[in-house]
This record gives sequence, C-alpha cells and structure tokens, in this order.
Amino acid sequence: MRWRAYGEHAALLDCASLTQTISAHATVSSARPAGISELVPGARSLLVVEIPGSGALAAVRELLSGADLEHPPDGEPREITLDVTYDGEDLELVARDAGVSLDDVVRLHTEAVYTVAFTGFAPGFGYLTGLPEPLRQPRLVTPRTRVPPGSVGLAGEFTGVYPRVSPGGWRLIGHTRTVLFDPRADPPAVLAPGDRVRFWSAG
Amino acid sequence: MRELEVVETGPLALVQDLGRPGYAHLGVPPSGALDVPALKLANRLVGNEEAAAGIECLFGGLRLRAKASCTVAVTGPAVAVEVDGRAVGSHAPVWLAPGQLVAIGAPSRGLRCYLAVSGGIAVGAELGSRSRDVLSEIGPAPLRAGDVLPLGTPSGLARGADVVVPAVAATELVVPVEPGPRAHWFTALEAGLAKTWTVTAESNRVGLRLDGTPLTREGEYAGKELPSEGLLTGAVQVPPNGKPVVFLADHPTTGGYPVAAVVRQASLPALAQARPGTLLRFHSSTRVWNR
Repeated sequence: MRWRAYGEHAALLDCASLTQTISAHATVSSARPAGISELVPGARSLLVVEIPGSGALAAVRELLSGADLEHPPDGEPREITLDVTYDGEDLELVARDAGVSLDDVVRLHTEAVYTVAFTGFAPGFGYLTGLPEPLRQPRLVTPRTRVPPGSVGLAGEFTGVYPRVSPGGWRLIGHTRTVLFDPRADPPAVLAPGDRVRFWSAG
Repeated sequence: MRELEVVETGPLALVQDLGRPGYAHLGVPPSGALDVPALKLANRLVGNEEAAAGIECLFGGLRLRAKASCTVAVTGPAVAVEVDGRAVGSHAPVWLAPGQLVAIGAPSRGLRCYLAVSGGIAVGAELGSRSRDVLSEIGPAPLRAGDVLPLGTPSGLARGADVVVPAVAATELVVPVEPGPRAHWFTALEAGLAKTWTVTAESNRVGLRLDGTPLTREGEYAGKELPSEGLLTGAVQVPPNGKPVVFLADHPTTGGYPVAAVVRQASLPALAQARPGTLLRFHSSTRVWNR
C-alpha cells in the first residue's frame, strides 16, 4: 500500500490486491471524513479527491495508516439481487472453456456472492468481483460493436451488466431487465462500489 | 413562458452549467462548461447566479430568436455578436425584444463562446445538472435548429460593467503540471513534457489529444498493463503510443493507461480554448518527479 501524488487536490492509494482496495474503500466510505469530493476505487487503487483546503486527504491518510486492509471491515453493505435470463450468445463458449455443462455455468454464476469493486466504462457499469474460478475467462478476441443493454457478461476476474448499448468484448451469458442506470432516478445507479450482488436465474 | 428558439447551431452548441461532480464512483463524468470563468462571467453580466445553465458554442455560428424579452451576454474569446444584423459586441449584456435574433460569429482566436440569458436555460436537470456530457450522453441533447428552450425566472438585474476585457486565447501555451501517480513509469518525463506538443483535430470535450515526440517508459514498465484506476479532469494520460491525452470535463471516470502528470486547475480554461494546431508545452513545478 502506497500513496501516489495526483495533482493539487488528490492522491491515489496503490493497493496490493483487490481485497485491499475494497477494504480501503469500505473503511473510508464508512468514516467519510468531511471534505471528500470524489472517492473512486479502481482495480488496485483508491483515488481520493478533496475540496481544496478541507484537509480531507490528510484525514484519509491517517484513517488508513492503521487499518487492517487484509480483512474488509464488517459493515452492512447494500444487498442487490438481479434477475437474469441465462441465454447469452457466449454461454456455450463459456461452458466449453470451463469444461462444465450449461446448467453448471448458471449454477456457478448464481451461487456466488459478488462485490462491486469499482465502476467505469459507462455510467452504472460495475466491475463485480467474486467470480468462481472456472468462469474467469478471457475477453472475446473480436469485441462486439453492439452489446444490448442489460447484457450480463464476464471477463477476467470480473462479471458485470452493460447498462446501455455499447461496444464490448466481454463474454455474454445472459440478460437482465433491470435498468442499471437512469440519470433521472434517485439513486441513479443500481450498483455502487461496496454493494453485494447476487444473480438469480429467472429461467 | 419565456423561451428562446434555436435558429442555427453552428458546428456544436451544448447546454452547460457547472456540471455534476461527485458521481465519479458511479461512472459519471463531471461534465460542465470547459471554460468555467467564461460561463460564470456571462451569467454575472445578465444578472444570473454564476451556476446557471447557458450555451457552450463551438466556433460560433449560433443564432437564437427571443420569444420573450430577455438579456443575453456572450463571453469566451472576443467574437462578433449581432442583434437583427446590428453589431453589439461580446462581453456585454444585450437586451432582446420578443422576435429579435441574436447571432454569434466565429471567434478569430479560441474555440468556445458562452451565451448566458437572464433566468438561465431551464431544461430538465439530470443528476443535479443541465450539462450535456458527450461521453456518457447524459443531459440535454446537442441543440438543433427548431429547438425551443425554456428560460427560468430572472433573479437579478443585468450588470452594467463598462468594459470587460476578454481573455486572449494563445496560439502557444505553457501549461503548468503537477506529478501524476505514474510519473515514475516514464523516462526523462519533465524533459519530454517540456517539448512542443500540437493539439490535434481529434480533441473534444473528453480530452485534448496531442501529437509530438512520444514519451517513453522506463525499462521495468515497458509493456506493463495498468489495472483500471480513477481519472481526474486535467489528468495527462499516456497511451501506449506515447502521445498524451489531457482529460477535460467529459472524461471517463476510470482508465487503464498511466497518468504521468496533472494540469494545474487554473490552466484548464486555457485548454478549453486550444484549437487544433495550438502548440503546447508542459511546465513542471519544483516538486520531486521520478520517484
């Protein structure tokens, strides 16, 4: 764990693992020192932006200097369940590469409990960690130019749901009807960093 | 209801206010006017709160018809402004009677003019802002001829400033930078950034894309992949081709290429006015760089 300078009003915490990142984010989120304007987790980092003159960066450094980041703090994260129809175009490819049946892919994906590690790519797109080992698979060699909204995909150590139409290289295993992002809703995004997520097979 | 009708848009006209900071953790860019002081000035000139929504007009060509009496002001680079064909000038409040047409010419330097109108543009807000985010497509769609824009209720009187001197957009910029989180990935970074870079035509509200002598990585970081990490406005990100991108208000919230430096906030308005072809050098502060 190491702090890196990031311009005049921000600093980036380098973390050794995704677990450390999630722990650091949860620790800062729950204490929420005054004066933080943005708190943005990445895959191995946490970006903290302060309101100039607030002293929030110093407060966050102090908060994390004594924290045990190998064990995420006990909190009460939001729990979200997403209904999924497992009919994705890459379901057979995923099953083949995992060496399991189609039903096993669904079982593996729905039995796991995921954590939203970070967001990005598009508003409301969460990178969910906790994917069972057999489902950790590479991206498609040729990304799709158009992935429909609600598509549930996986790539590397992450699974996630495309909030809107976009290009994409994740392997698609299903779709959900839940609207992941609506800028006129409150809250606008279904998924935020730190949330716990389960998938439920809607048949 | 007080309204403005869009007659012509020019290359790109967008509703902008001060944006929607605070949602980066949900993947939402801050957005907002690129030249913040220019929008604030335009709003003050017409008697609005500084945060009211106006129109960011890329390279002029905007023509609007008042459907009710209102006061407008155009700021940014000095630019020709006409009311019903009569020159009225930029950087001053101008009263429009119902039916009058205001037209913004093309600025001879700089890129983005701002038009504020008494009461502000009152289209519906998304996530607390009326700004159009071109990356995420949040906020009101780019203006089109025939659009009718609702106006809010004027809150104050237009300011009678005698003379406002517009900032002059430079054709050669020196941009002060602070170290970024991955400064140590690059070889002789300060010297590389201090060379002359050219703003390319691929630049937009997401970022300024630069051309010049590529930055090179230190041996131990050559070809290294960076796990996605948070981005900020002003971050100087260096993709594998070594040519930096300076992120502006509609930047993605996370990215997988190293950020070598960060532009000091006071210089962001100058970047908003940097045309393709503008020459630019980064000047690093005295802080320790390669760590």
